[in-house]
Amino acid sequence: MKQYYIVCDVSLCHDCNNCFMACKDEHVDNDWLPFSHAQPRHEHRWVNILRTERGQQPRIDVAYLPFMCRHCAAPECVKAFPDLITKREDGPVLIDTDKAQGASQLIDACPYGAMYWHEDVQIAQKCTMCTHLLDDTQITSGMSAMPRCVHSCPTNALEFHHITPAEMAQKINADRLESYQPELGGTGAQVYYKNLYRFEKLFIAGGLLLDGECAEGIEVSLSKVNDSERLSASLITQITDYFGDFKFDALEPGTYSLAANGKALVTINITESVNVGTLVLA
Amino acid sequence: MGKLTRKTQLTTGGPVFVDVDESANKIVRITPIDLDDHDAESWQIEARGKVFTPPRKTTYTPYTAGFKSLVHSKGRIMYPMKRVDFDPNGERNEENRGTSGYERISWDEALDIVTDEIRRIKRDFGPGAMVIEPSSHHLWGNIGYRHSALFRFMNTVGMTYADHNPDSWEGWHWGAMHMWGWSARLGNPEQTDLLEDALNNTTMIVFWSSDPETTNGIYGAFESTIRRRWLKELGVQFVFIDPYYNHTNGLYGGKWLAPRLGTDAALALGIAYTWLTEGTYDKEYVANHTHGFDAWTDYVLGVSDGIAKTTEWAESECAIPAHDIRALARAWAKNKTMLAAGGLGGWGGACRSPIGMDWSRMMIALITMQGLGKPGINLWSTTQGNPVDSDFYFPGYADGGISGDCENTAAGAKFVYRMFDGETSRPMSSNLSTSAGVHIPRLRLPECIMEDEVTWSGRGFVGGSIEQQFHEYKYPANGYARMQMLYKYGGPHIGTMGETNRYAKMYRTKKLPFVVSQSIWFEGEVPFADIILPACTNFERWDIGEWCTNSGYNPDSHNQCNHRVIVFQKKCIEPLGESKSDYEIFRLICERLNVGDVFSEGKTDLDWAKQMFYASDMPKVISWEDFTDKGYYIVPVTNKAPSAPAFRWFAEGREQDTRGWISRFRPGDVLEQKGLQTQSGKIEFVSNSLKRFGRHDIDDQERPLMPMYLPSWEGHHTERFKKYPLAVVTPHPRFTFHTMGDGKDSFINDIKDHRMLINGAYYWIFRINRLDAQKRSIKNGDIIRAFNERGSVLFAAQVTERIPEGTCHCYESSAEYKPLGIPGESIDSGGCVNILTPGRFLSKYACGMATEHALVEVEKWEGA
Repeated sequence: MKQYYIVCDVSLCHDCNNCFMACKDEHVDNDWLPFSHAQPRHEHRWVNILRTERGQQPRIDVAYLPFMCRHCAAPECVKAFPDLITKREDGPVLIDTDKAQGASQLIDACPYGAMYWHEDVQIAQKCTMCTHLLDDTQITSGMSAMPRCVHSCPTNALEFHHITPAEMAQKINADRLESYQPELGGTGAQVYYKNLYRFEKLFIAGGLLLDGECAEGIEVSLSKVNDSERLSASLITQITDYFGDFKFDALEPGTYSLAANGKALVTINITESVNVGTLVLA
Repeated sequence: MGKLTRKTQLTTGGPVFVDVDESANKIVRITPIDLDDHDAESWQIEARGKVFTPPRKTTYTPYTAGFKSLVHSKGRIMYPMKRVDFDPNGERNEENRGTSGYERISWDEALDIVTDEIRRIKRDFGPGAMVIEPSSHHLWGNIGYRHSALFRFMNTVGMTYADHNPDSWEGWHWGAMHMWGWSARLGNPEQTDLLEDALNNTTMIVFWSSDPETTNGIYGAFESTIRRRWLKELGVQFVFIDPYYNHTNGLYGGKWLAPRLGTDAALALGIAYTWLTEGTYDKEYVANHTHGFDAWTDYVLGVSDGIAKTTEWAESECAIPAHDIRALARAWAKNKTMLAAGGLGGWGGACRSPIGMDWSRMMIALITMQGLGKPGINLWSTTQGNPVDSDFYFPGYADGGISGDCENTAAGAKFVYRMFDGETSRPMSSNLSTSAGVHIPRLRLPECIMEDEVTWSGRGFVGGSIEQQFHEYKYPANGYARMQMLYKYGGPHIGTMGETNRYAKMYRTKKLPFVVSQSIWFEGEVPFADIILPACTNFERWDIGEWCTNSGYNPDSHNQCNHRVIVFQKKCIEPLGESKSDYEIFRLICERLNVGDVFSEGKTDLDWAKQMFYASDMPKVISWEDFTDKGYYIVPVTNKAPSAPAFRWFAEGREQDTRGWISRFRPGDVLEQKGLQTQSGKIEFVSNSLKRFGRHDIDDQERPLMPMYLPSWEGHHTERFKKYPLAVVTPHPRFTFHTMGDGKDSFINDIKDHRMLINGAYYWIFRINRLDAQKRSIKNGDIIRAFNERGSVLFAAQVTERIPEGTCHCYESSAEYKPLGIPGESIDSGGCVNILTPGRFLSKYACGMATEHALVEVEKWEGA
């Protein structure tokens, strides 16, 4: 059976907030029963855009991760409240808008904090994947059946798929999709991320100077210190660009050694992304 | 929920479908428009072995996505109001404006007071005493727009227009125009067909003070995002020069160079020096297409002033390492490089700062040295130049709509002859706001009210010729009355102009006896008015318009969009509360003054929309019935004129062949239909128009004949810098359009990068470098006070690496003004950074605003 999936490419999100706005547009003041009561005007973030900056200027980058309910394959919230929350066969995890009335303890059942309490209605709420749109094409009069966040995304950072789990498994493999913090709720879910390293991993960047000029075309290599297993070949060397710049990305914390044209440059221990600055070649 | 009906609307942030529950008079959702199979086909560009064609869906901005919360907002004004201590027949208590409360009154009473005042002022004072001032970029729609309904009202009643300055053009308008002409584009360049040129030929783009992912060209939403992605995928290299690590940089990567605020011209000179000394500029092009280049070369090399503008010299000013400047200069010269200067091909960014004239002229100097107009080499910001059919005629808002005002809009160029037959329907021009009439510059409203006499040069948007900006004006004009009434409409000055405590103060004086505010929301400076008239949004009335089409000084700007989208702007819901459309409010006032029919010709806004439809090319391709039924029309590209990239004709010494009526409209501006509008017909490194004006070495020294680096008068060389050592850049905002979208209890307030909720209040965000924050014990999310001698404003601190030490970043355009004490004299907690920005002109005779840079100090706010 086909299921619904949202795939988010972290490298394409630039925090425009259209997804966040569209979610509010769809849900604030609008009851979509039996799927959801109206979202309160403020406070809730059914799409919560997480933000990070990496490095030190001028060598920095930024990344954003639109986080919403993952609609886990084996949801902790369903395990805890099987009568109040259900996982549909086509993917969405839905809170029962009748039975869950007054059940504020639901909020704590989500390890990701994706649920919000609606004080006025006395109910826990979260992303429904706009199931009311997926199920009922009548109310949208021709609008593509997809969650509003995806429909409003101008950079294609958010994509929506209606495919079988087998097809999705292929896509996960081919596009190197990952789960966000799978240790909390398992790897299986309806929401996956691409280029997650931009949000979670570290970089080492810097520039090289030779005879007072930016050193273009220098081979820079990176190796992990005290580690018999060298980094993968694709990570280990780079050629500097015309600003003499290099940037090794998707690194784990640890101690690394940099060399240029085979000569050691610097050894550093990193716990966050680091701009090593402009290094002068002898 | 009742049955949903789908309507169509248009905003400054894109066209939209609107799903409405008519039984509840409620907007349910607002979405982008998915084109269907009946809509015209999209264009295709073949380049470098690939075919590029745009998505079959429109884009919208976050403030348009959140527009439902602006319509259904507790910030709305639902009924007319009167200031409680205002008595038109007794004590007016003008000095209490901004602190008095309001009481609800009926429409009858409100209209009576307003019309009684109009009668009194006309009879007691004579012409010129009533002034009307709309904000920039209010609600979209050619009928309801300020150039249209408001001008027709202004001219029917006999009010004076407070001239708008070209607030996003400034440096190009007052500076660049003297280097290459283009007065009819206010100094900005044409952009025609540059997308195809770039996709085929360009290998590098330098974004200089340009962040299209934030400013969206203008009105263009995210239409150009896909185009930059194509360029990136073709391997085109991007470099970003911006004090802030901007969102386009963030999305696409590429080297970030952050000049110290106000020093861009020094950086440009370092690049030019490298090209001159290494011989890597287009010598033949420069020889044939420029005037005065040798004199400028002497300046760059230091022959004339003893200072060689080496990269090391540049580094000492702009704080970018000399080796990076040389690397940039060399890569630029080696590649076919587009210079994306500003957000729209010109516009915005540093042009709005004290160095605006230096910066924009330096941009022209650099791209000229590399062969402006040759394949792949141009001044192009990636936001315009789509291959749409620009010959299909549909008017823009600047064409004047129902006013037909040929003095204050572009109506006289084409539109007025198509819209009005002169018998059954007539335009309504001004006899006050004319060349020889009475003028008030928006930037000097406070001084015009409070001081005896005010003088300035150039009147608002001065595009008629280069020289018109030298024309001197004074207030009050000879024989005209002083202002007795200010009729304010739209967004606030306090959040958008410079040194804006001035505006708060101007309201609190007996020299201004009457103030009307016609507004949708109770915000900004609305609470200074004596009478408040509640207007509705464009979602509550009929209109017609085309996406991104302003026309006038920005001709063919629809070529920002991937498809030309002409929209029947449907009344989605009935006006909320007792609010009325702007058109209807104007009509009611006119009716009481016995000029109702003169104003309306007996027409509704819908009737006017229909008249405009028939004044365009639309009836040739679709019936009124089919158009209004579907709600939008996509202009086909089958009749598009052959590709003619901007400036190619100039580079090749041909007659201009680019589209855009405005350039060829005045053959008298050029000689034999060739060359530019400058005296020499060439790009003038030594400006003939400034030389003829003759003030450059007397009292207009801040605007020299040549592009030069002059230390900023709001920069690190000034005495004030010792006291206010942080330089804050205040660009156009990302999540609002001017003040549209901010405040008002909107969804936008919840965006993490827009405002921060602290102790129950939403504070405007102020971005500060980690080291500057540490020095002042400021943490992320702290409330801080930024201040200088102009005022004090509270913000939420965002501690970041996206801005270098010594520089701060804070978008302008707060809709909220919340003084903690006496208005105009106390700390603002609303977030109007413009209180801190300079109120002075670019130079004595360049009377544009320069609000993008301000020197401030910042401290953690420990107040209540």
